[in-house]
Amino acid sequence: MTETRPFVEIRHAKKSYGSLEVLKDISLTVDRGEIVAIIGPSGSGKSTLLRAINDLDPLTGGEVILDGTQVNKALPHRQYEKHINQMRQQIGMVFQHFNLFPHLTVRDNVVMAPKLLKGISEDAAQKLAEEQLAHVGMLERIDYYPSQLSGGQKQRVAIARALAMKPKLMLFDEATSALDPELVEEVNQVMKTLAQEHMTMIIVTHEMEFAADVCDRVIFMDGGVVVEEGPPSIVFQNPTQPRTRDFLRKHLSQYEKEK
Amino acid sequence: MGLDFSVVPGFADALLLGVLWTIAITVAAAVLSFFGGILLAVIALYAPLLVRLPFRFFAWLFMGTPLLLQLFLIYFGLVELGIDLPAFVAGVIGLGLHFAVYNSELIQTAIVAVDRGQMEAARTLGLSRGQALVRVVIPQAVRDVIPPIGNNMIALLKDSALVSVIGVSELTLSAQLAIGRTYRPFEFYAVAAVLYYFINLGMEAVLRRIERRTQLSR
Amino acid sequence: MDVDLILRVYPYFLEAAVVTIELSVLTILLGLLCGAAGAWARLSRFALLRFAGAAYVSVFRGTPALIQLFLLYFGGPQVGIQLDAFEAGVIGLGVNIGAYMTETMRGAIVAVDHGQGEAARTLGLSRAQSFRKVVLPQALRLMIRPLGVNINAQIKGTALVAAISVVELTYTAQRYIGSTYKPFEMFLLAGVLYLIIITVVGKGISFLDRRVRLQ
Repeated sequence: MTETRPFVEIRHAKKSYGSLEVLKDISLTVDRGEIVAIIGPSGSGKSTLLRAINDLDPLTGGEVILDGTQVNKALPHRQYEKHINQMRQQIGMVFQHFNLFPHLTVRDNVVMAPKLLKGISEDAAQKLAEEQLAHVGMLERIDYYPSQLSGGQKQRVAIARALAMKPKLMLFDEATSALDPELVEEVNQVMKTLAQEHMTMIIVTHEMEFAADVCDRVIFMDGGVVVEEGPPSIVFQNPTQPRTRDFLRKHLSQYEKEK
Repeated sequence: MGLDFSVVPGFADALLLGVLWTIAITVAAAVLSFFGGILLAVIALYAPLLVRLPFRFFAWLFMGTPLLLQLFLIYFGLVELGIDLPAFVAGVIGLGLHFAVYNSELIQTAIVAVDRGQMEAARTLGLSRGQALVRVVIPQAVRDVIPPIGNNMIALLKDSALVSVIGVSELTLSAQLAIGRTYRPFEFYAVAAVLYYFINLGMEAVLRRIERRTQLSR
Repeated sequence: MDVDLILRVYPYFLEAAVVTIELSVLTILLGLLCGAAGAWARLSRFALLRFAGAAYVSVFRGTPALIQLFLLYFGGPQVGIQLDAFEAGVIGLGVNIGAYMTETMRGAIVAVDHGQGEAARTLGLSRAQSFRKVVLPQALRLMIRPLGVNINAQIKGTALVAAISVVELTYTAQRYIGSTYKPFEMFLLAGVLYLIIITVVGKGISFLDRRVRLQ
């Protein structure tokens, strides 16, 4: 299948809070099946950009287009709500702090949205829950409540919850930053599996090793602009920009020390 | 005059019936106050200003005036409006509304305190704002205020004695009827107090169970 | 809305409001007294006192205030207690709110005691000294706000004496509802007066609370 336009397209994205410019005219594209890491210091705007893709933090200017449809369409309130809920069903998101629903069991966390929005039957929901939880290795905890799980387990359930809506695109917002170091790997494993299945993913992370290992492309952001982008082999080994080199020196040395 | 409790057993049936009516009116008013409290909380937080302001005014009026006065208003006010309701229903409405206002204050605070990430997570799955409120935010808010709502329900049980003054034939009125026949107020009010005490104990046990059952889902 | 009627009857409501204020002041003072005694008993070294305090709280919080009031006023004469309606109202409701205040005061003292009490004891203060000099001053500050909640409840709680025909606000409203068939006007009139009393007292309590918090 040849595509004339990119799968995800961000055009001239701008975002400001008052006089503070968080995103300064960012344009980038992501192809179907591509895995892109966004790295950068805190305050660089990387999370804001990610949260603009499903319009959680609406842009003040510019467009986000997913598979030919503009996500952040300017529509009257009611129509916009309908439209954005449709779009978000196609965009999975995983948060730093999991945001599992504490009042629901693991099963209901996974199938609540599909049941409500797609009207699937009780049987289909059970099958879907089992399938998605098996995928992230959490099937045996199907009847647990989130409070009974470790951080790594919670995040795996959160990924299953997002995948249960069968999204076209997955967004990861520092999915392992809130985890104890020994729990990071189990979540990384799940993300690697998704990569092998050619899920399109945009990953905000500060784990350089993981980005180098899994991603097709790395985008380095700083001060609300894209400073440098390219395949991890180039960005990590031979960065052209001084700001990238500075950032990597700090973070890679840290990673070397850990090793 | 002295005390003579031997007159009490003759009214055992009437008193037990009074106990049942007290439990019935408490449960009915508790249910009304619970769902009414949720509804009032949602109105207070999300309704347009023109709806919200009068509701806030009535909440303020209800929280600043005695239940007994409100019962008189509802009982006689309904008559004035030409609505002829049985005393039991008027009592349930009065008690239920009074405590709905108190519950609503608790639930409002709890809704605001639910982590913002919960709404975000629900919205990213494609739920509308309303769906996210009903499925995600409100259940958590309600769960968080079960202990203080439980305290309100205990208060409701004891305040249910007040509906005797508008003629609801619950435990207090049953005792009064027996007193009217025997002229032994001390004996019957003491027995009524003991019966209330045991209903209270039972209710506390039920509430503790509910609290324990919601522990896991935090 | 019958404004003429309101203008005609409001002086009677003002008189009744004075009775409500008297009842509030007296029941709250008695309640504070009973609360202090109850808290002292609940925290005593002697098991018997602790039990008595716990029984007081359990019985008076576990039964309706209205029943307690009726028992005292109507049942009292059978056991040699003769009180007029106002006296019965003050004593019955004061002892009732005292049980709630017991728990408020005890809660505040317990909240301070850990650590603070121990620290004072390690300095060589006696139990009584550490309580008086260290624990109580801090507990008093913690108490003001929750006691404010009890006081707010008790002002409204004075309405119960309408059931034994003390001519206060709620009784007056009830009587005028019966004679004028204007429940909304009479409710509003009495309601506004209650709200004024409660708002003034509430402001006073938050002023006091802010003052002691600044110290």
